[in-house]
Amino acid sequence: MFRTALRNVLAHKARLMMTVLAVMLGVSFVVGTLVFTNTLSNALQNSSAKGFDHVDVAVTAEAQESKGNQLARTPELTDELLERSAEVPGAASAIGVVQGFTAIADKDGDLVGGGFQSQGGNYWGTKDERYPLVDGHAPKGENQVLIDSETAKRTGYKVGDTVRLSIDGPVLKPTVVGIFTTDDGNVAAGGSLALFDTATAQKLFGKAGTYDEIDVRAAAGTSEDQLKAALDKALPKDKVETITGGELADDQAEMISSSMSGLKQGMLVFAGISLFVGTFIIANTFTMLVAQRTKELALLRAVGASRRQVTRSVLIEAFVVGAVAGTAGLLAGIGIGAGLRSLMGALDATVPDGPLVISSGTVATALGVGVVITMLAAWLPGRRAAKIPPVAAMSSLHAQATTKSLVLRNTLGALFSAAGVAVVLAATGMDGSSGQAPMGIGAVLLIIGVFILTPLLSRPLIAAATPVMRIFGVSGKLARQNSVRNPRRTAATASALMIGLTLITGMTVMAGSLQQGIDKMASSALRADYVVSMANGNYLSTDVDRTLRELDGVTATSPLRNAPSRIGGETEYLTGVDGSSITQLTELPVDSGAFEVGGGKVVVDDETAKSKGWRAGSTFTVHYEDGKSDKLTVAGVYEGNEMIRGIMIDNRILTPHLEEPADMQVMVKTADGTSEATKDRLEKALGNNPAIAVQDKKDISNEIAQMFTLILNMVYGLLAMAVIVAVLGVINTLAMSVFERSQEIGMLRAVGLDRKGIKRMVRLESLVISLFGGVLGIGLGVFFGWAAGELLAAKMPTYELILPWTRMGVFLLLAAVVGVLAALWPARRAARLNMLAAIKSE
Amino acid sequence: MTTTPIAGRATAVAARATDLSKVYGQGETQVVALDRVSVEFRQAEFTAIMGPSGSGKSTLMHCVAGLDTFSSGSVRIGDTELGSLKDRQLTKLRRDKIGFIFQAFNLLPTLTALENITLPMDIAGRKPDRQWLDSVIDMVGLRDRLGHRPSQLSGGQQQRVAVARALASRPDIIFGDEPTGNLDSRSGAEVLGFLRNSVRELGQTVVMVTHDPVAAAYADRVVFLADGRIVDEMYRPTADAVLDFMKQFDAKGRTS
Repeated sequence: MFRTALRNVLAHKARLMMTVLAVMLGVSFVVGTLVFTNTLSNALQNSSAKGFDHVDVAVTAEAQESKGNQLARTPELTDELLERSAEVPGAASAIGVVQGFTAIADKDGDLVGGGFQSQGGNYWGTKDERYPLVDGHAPKGENQVLIDSETAKRTGYKVGDTVRLSIDGPVLKPTVVGIFTTDDGNVAAGGSLALFDTATAQKLFGKAGTYDEIDVRAAAGTSEDQLKAALDKALPKDKVETITGGELADDQAEMISSSMSGLKQGMLVFAGISLFVGTFIIANTFTMLVAQRTKELALLRAVGASRRQVTRSVLIEAFVVGAVAGTAGLLAGIGIGAGLRSLMGALDATVPDGPLVISSGTVATALGVGVVITMLAAWLPGRRAAKIPPVAAMSSLHAQATTKSLVLRNTLGALFSAAGVAVVLAATGMDGSSGQAPMGIGAVLLIIGVFILTPLLSRPLIAAATPVMRIFGVSGKLARQNSVRNPRRTAATASALMIGLTLITGMTVMAGSLQQGIDKMASSALRADYVVSMANGNYLSTDVDRTLRELDGVTATSPLRNAPSRIGGETEYLTGVDGSSITQLTELPVDSGAFEVGGGKVVVDDETAKSKGWRAGSTFTVHYEDGKSDKLTVAGVYEGNEMIRGIMIDNRILTPHLEEPADMQVMVKTADGTSEATKDRLEKALGNNPAIAVQDKKDISNEIAQMFTLILNMVYGLLAMAVIVAVLGVINTLAMSVFERSQEIGMLRAVGLDRKGIKRMVRLESLVISLFGGVLGIGLGVFFGWAAGELLAAKMPTYELILPWTRMGVFLLLAAVVGVLAALWPARRAARLNMLAAIKSE
Repeated sequence: MTTTPIAGRATAVAARATDLSKVYGQGETQVVALDRVSVEFRQAEFTAIMGPSGSGKSTLMHCVAGLDTFSSGSVRIGDTELGSLKDRQLTKLRRDKIGFIFQAFNLLPTLTALENITLPMDIAGRKPDRQWLDSVIDMVGLRDRLGHRPSQLSGGQQQRVAVARALASRPDIIFGDEPTGNLDSRSGAEVLGFLRNSVRELGQTVVMVTHDPVAAAYADRVVFLADGRIVDEMYRPTADAVLDFMKQFDAKGRTS
């Protein structure tokens, strides 16, 4: 029996190619995903481990807990602590680390390393072993800076050039006095790093005389743990924490792998989808293979093979196919993984270098998935094969398509679909987070339900295409009838496309609506013409507000100043605004009271009011960070949103209590409204600082749109894979159909249908099936997009369902293209069929 | 070109093969399927082509019907020379001038009986001649089966649909490839009766390949083929005469 099975695999090479391809694609996608994520996280882990080579024990400030009305203050790592650390027995040296944000402008004035961290730090003494210099010398004073070699390479800055930098607003123009290399993971990932001498760094980052961390090197013969113990003994326990370099690396590695797991899971979901789709293609193929071999298998039965032997022969065949395809998929997947990495590199998202990681787990998964899925998919057709009566060998007629009743299938499908719809609808009624799980379950149920129901749906939906098909005469008529001839097969083929398009459409609808919602939220409450903020979301210096306020043509400004405080024994963040101009800059709906900020009057967003039990007129006591307190009155309650929320207090009251006031953003209203000239003037007033973004409402919208486009493009790219699998599925089905109907096609040719007509017939069949899948997918996608949107709308009042008609049109077109492309080869084959062989009776 | 199907009992030729040869392969492995065959099929005549397996009878029919290419010689359907035609023109010729009846019925399972009958005209985009169609349908007795699909019809009924399909477009000539091969004798007799009637009453030209002497006896003329050559022909055959001839022929074949 084994030999028979093996012979079969070899005898139907061409036919099996499709199966192999389908399995291979599914497997390669899974493998590609695994390889890519493993490689990336491994490289990131390596780079982070390298980053701690120079640290044996790090000393950091111990976070303190706020108690009562007193806001906690973080202890300072002073020079005194640094000296004590260096003198601990077993310590070779100690370095004080200062970190902060430093934006570097390239020669065109644009921010370097956009999207990644723009870091700044200190260069310790005259020779800092953390940062080996490749050129120049150590920096000294405010006018000298070092930049990392990657940034130097990207921008073309050399020693002696003047660079424009910004820490928190004002522009600095120091000279590059040296270039250093670093294994800092952040730089490896595409960020930039600028170093000043320690005193300058402390001053620029607002940490005069203190450090963020003290890195201690152990003397030869002292282990990290011994050094840690010694430091713990010598330093005040309540003020500092010690951690060894090894632990730091472990912590970071864990953090990286957990941050990668999201990406990994996301990609695995797509891999799973393509495998799921692939499974049906494989099952489909085997069903057809078995149908074609009815006579052969019946002959086997007639000469004495048992049912089990027949089933087994099909399964052995599947095993061979699975093993071959799994191996091929593994190789292709490794290629995909490597390709993805270089693709990310090409897209300017610098990924850290490292070897390609192909774990034994990946290999096992590839082969396991390939073999198991293929055998599972072949199991049902195998059983069906066993049921072929031996007498079928004697019949000269081709096996008729099974016309087994679809009643059970339809009932099951209807139940699943109804349950799915019900659960999804119920979930839309729930609030945001609690509705997520039921919605997911409902979505899966509905997809499975529709999947089971596709044979039933195929008839009416394809019948709807009749008027269009009529244009194509006989070819159209035959194509339409052929496409509903075997509803199961049509369904299996169309569902491959359906699933892909469901996801694409759902994502597009949701992203589009969400974008609109966020956009509205960002701009609807805003009356200001411009919003000025740090490009990376860091704090702005209060100088920015002061500069803008005094500028000609500016009619009103207000910063959003963020400050912690204690209210009723809890830490609350206050938003400091300019009470006299805030109403000109924002337009927040007021629930009760009046929007009045000034003196002891504050306004509070609805959520905070609710949790605190405040109403307009309530009073409360606030304890500022300097320990002083005030009695404040709630003048009004407003509807907060993602951008503006919290307790709004006048800066004249708040600022005196702050040690280092810093602003999240500054809102600006100008006399001339928004115009290029106004924007230029504002930017110029701020020194054309690359780190500062001056945005009007449209810029904000664009920025939000860009973010969504990026996410969507990634999703599209990944789903392209599912579509490729779907194309293969359609090709597969058509090729099989053409083969099965060769006698009919021969007859059609004999009675006068020319090659063109035959081709058209096959193409139209493909088109109809693909469009059927497309319509189902887009329909489901819109439903899911709407449902998920209902969940979001609970959290976001500005959310509104947007149906991207153009996109949906493009998707339908895509389905049509899939249909046409998939039909190319089968149609040619059909047209080339040897007419005589086809009509000759057996 | 004469397109009138009823040309009376004229002796005009519907199809003619002259020095027709069909050779497969080259050199040592060369197989001659047809060896300079010349034959005429007259209008309103029912011809049967007989011969043992491998005699080339099917190949002859396929070449004359424009289904297969030939190596040398000439084939004419009416005034059209087939040798010079491209695939598209050949297809069009088959569609408009030729009717086919196959052994395995070869109906489209998705179409109803009526749709199968009008298929060649649908392909051509022509409206069938209602009156003619009705008379053909009545002749083969399918009036109450028109809405059925092939799977709902018996073998005999299916072949009657095929006969109606061949007749419906009023072709110049109908070719049948063992049209009764898959039928029981009663259904076979029915189908042959229809073919003979179409020749006698409608003036249709029919050429049929068969190995059954009883079927051949329905024809006006039998052409015998052996080893790719025409060896004899017989007019007004009877089953016994044909059988005798075949026996004789078989014996000769064995001794030679």
